[in-house]
Amino acid sequence: MSEERYVLEASGLSIGYVQGKRGHSVVAEDLNLKLLEGELVCLLGPNGVGKSTLIRTLAGLDKPLAGRILMEGADASAMVSRERARFASVVLTDQAPHGMFTAYSIVALGRHPHTRWTGTLSDQDRSRIEWALRVVGAESLSERQIGELSDGERQKVMIARALAQDAKVLFLDEPTAFVDLPRRVEIMRILRDLAHEEGLAVLLSSHDLDLSIRCADELWLMNPEGILVQGYPEDLALGRQIAQTFQSDEVDWDSDEGCFRLHRQPKRLASMEGEGSVALWTRRALARKGYGIGGADSAELEVIITYLNGHPIWRVRISETWRSFDSLQSMFRWVESIS
Amino acid sequence: MNRTSTLLIALIFFNLLALVLNIGLGSVSISISDILGSLSGSEKVDAVLTGIVLEFRLPRGLTAMLAGSALSVSGLMMQTVFRNPLADPFVLGVNGGASLGVAITLLVLAPSGIALTQDLRLSGHILVVVAASVGAGAVLMTLLAFARRVDVMSLLILGLMISYGVGAIVSILIFYSMADRLQSFFNWSFGNFSSVTWTHFLVFAPSVVVGLAAVVPQIKSLDAFLLGERYASSMGVNVRRSRILILGSASLLAGVVTGFCGPIGFVGIAAPHFCRLLFRAPSHRILVPSAILFGSLIALIADLIAKAPGIEATLPLNAVTALIGAPVVVAALLKQRNLRRVFGG
Repeated sequence: MSEERYVLEASGLSIGYVQGKRGHSVVAEDLNLKLLEGELVCLLGPNGVGKSTLIRTLAGLDKPLAGRILMEGADASAMVSRERARFASVVLTDQAPHGMFTAYSIVALGRHPHTRWTGTLSDQDRSRIEWALRVVGAESLSERQIGELSDGERQKVMIARALAQDAKVLFLDEPTAFVDLPRRVEIMRILRDLAHEEGLAVLLSSHDLDLSIRCADELWLMNPEGILVQGYPEDLALGRQIAQTFQSDEVDWDSDEGCFRLHRQPKRLASMEGEGSVALWTRRALARKGYGIGGADSAELEVIITYLNGHPIWRVRISETWRSFDSLQSMFRWVESIS
Repeated sequence: MNRTSTLLIALIFFNLLALVLNIGLGSVSISISDILGSLSGSEKVDAVLTGIVLEFRLPRGLTAMLAGSALSVSGLMMQTVFRNPLADPFVLGVNGGASLGVAITLLVLAPSGIALTQDLRLSGHILVVVAASVGAGAVLMTLLAFARRVDVMSLLILGLMISYGVGAIVSILIFYSMADRLQSFFNWSFGNFSSVTWTHFLVFAPSVVVGLAAVVPQIKSLDAFLLGERYASSMGVNVRRSRILILGSASLLAGVVTGFCGPIGFVGIAAPHFCRLLFRAPSHRILVPSAILFGSLIALIADLIAKAPGIEATLPLNAVTALIGAPVVVAALLKQRNLRRVFGG
């Protein structure tokens, strides 16, 4: 075995919550999980499978119903909260604080486990706070009030707060929810750099499958039966585990395209000639309009992609009529006007 | 010197000014030289004036300062722990519990001898204080018992419901009470800083000081609570223990003041908002001392207005604090533009 350093190991873990006097509501049981330092792990799964519960339990905020969590080899249940705070920091979905907070003062709260009871910040604390703001690209926000920030900016500040805590493991519950796509990519890039360059172990839950597959060193897939599959992102995509986890009547995982497709029985067949990105997007447009791809002889719609001065031209045949179009929209307008 | 220290020093100055005005003004006006003379034990000052200053005005002023500080810090802590700008001893039902204790004592249990005298002797007064503290404590215990099981928002609603329930019982007691007994209950319920004499002060002052001192070790945890309990826990705060200690000292402060001075509203809610607006800081290292000074100042000013110097009347203290406090709360809410969060938790 190689000298891999697990910062967090959970064995025989059952998660869930206590429900009144009746007992427990188990979300998932007998989980065996490991987090490696320097790795970004994305936790994926449909809504309500218990991703947040798992993250809170691993971070030590909720008690496990059964099983054991080792933080750097030490039993987490025996740790006092201050020790645990130096080991794990979190970014939660909880609402931002009320009151007059500047971004800097929020990030400064992350130094709590390191300051004395008076909470006085040392030079070392200040430089760590400034480092955290810089790493997430939020230096310019430090004097702004938290209430004035956009969702993406606020999320960066909350990540900086967790970083200021100087912990070994960073847990994030849906850090990219409510954030627009460019900001989402930026946040994932920041988190991956933190794992790879600072040696943090990062576990985040997300609904963004595509981005997770592209960024994560490992995926954890949680399905509604409470079963958790771990693996290399591409292996899970090829091995149909992603398809099974997100199985539903509405969508299908298309492992050829690496994305989900609306589940729809093709009513009609179309044939297509062409390649590259134009072919990909034409296929997707056909799929959206309810066409399956078949051979040219049985198809009621035939599409041939050609190029004129480098611009794609779609040559389309219905019955015996041929027409040419310079956009998919104009092509489908005509197709729909005929049929 | 930075803005924060300037403001704190200004607050101390205004407190002293308000204290001197409070001692000097009233049904009899006393000059500053006479006040200083009385305090230093000078023989030149009229013995009657010295008596008024030392036996009535000084304990009344000091009581107002301590009571204001206690209510203000109590409200600050509750607002932080409950993450709700409307939380204060009243909302949580702690004052309601105290009122019920006092109502039972004065309206049901008290021999008519106590009830008939307008200013109670020490034994009767201590009885009222004990009743108020027991009532406040009972509500607190109920809240703490639930605090282990439910979230902060439910706790706040529970506190409101306790207030309503207790208020209803008090109304029923009032409805079936004899008129002569009602008088002393009403006197108490209007709020009054003058009922604390030096003898009472020996119990009152240490209780408030203990309650305020208990806050100091919790200042760091209070900052963490601003992010919510889960974040606080993730930052190393022992949430359950801190919550019990914080709410415990908040109830002690509110209960003692309510027992001695009656239910005084709005200081607990308005003073912390004043401080946040003025100091523009979230840190409790600044908010706690400023809340102490601001609460004290508001109470002194309210008492000065209630004494209505110049006209032959006194106003109920409760009404004065409400008239000062309510606009402040509205202004604070509008300024923070987070009305949504008031209801959303």
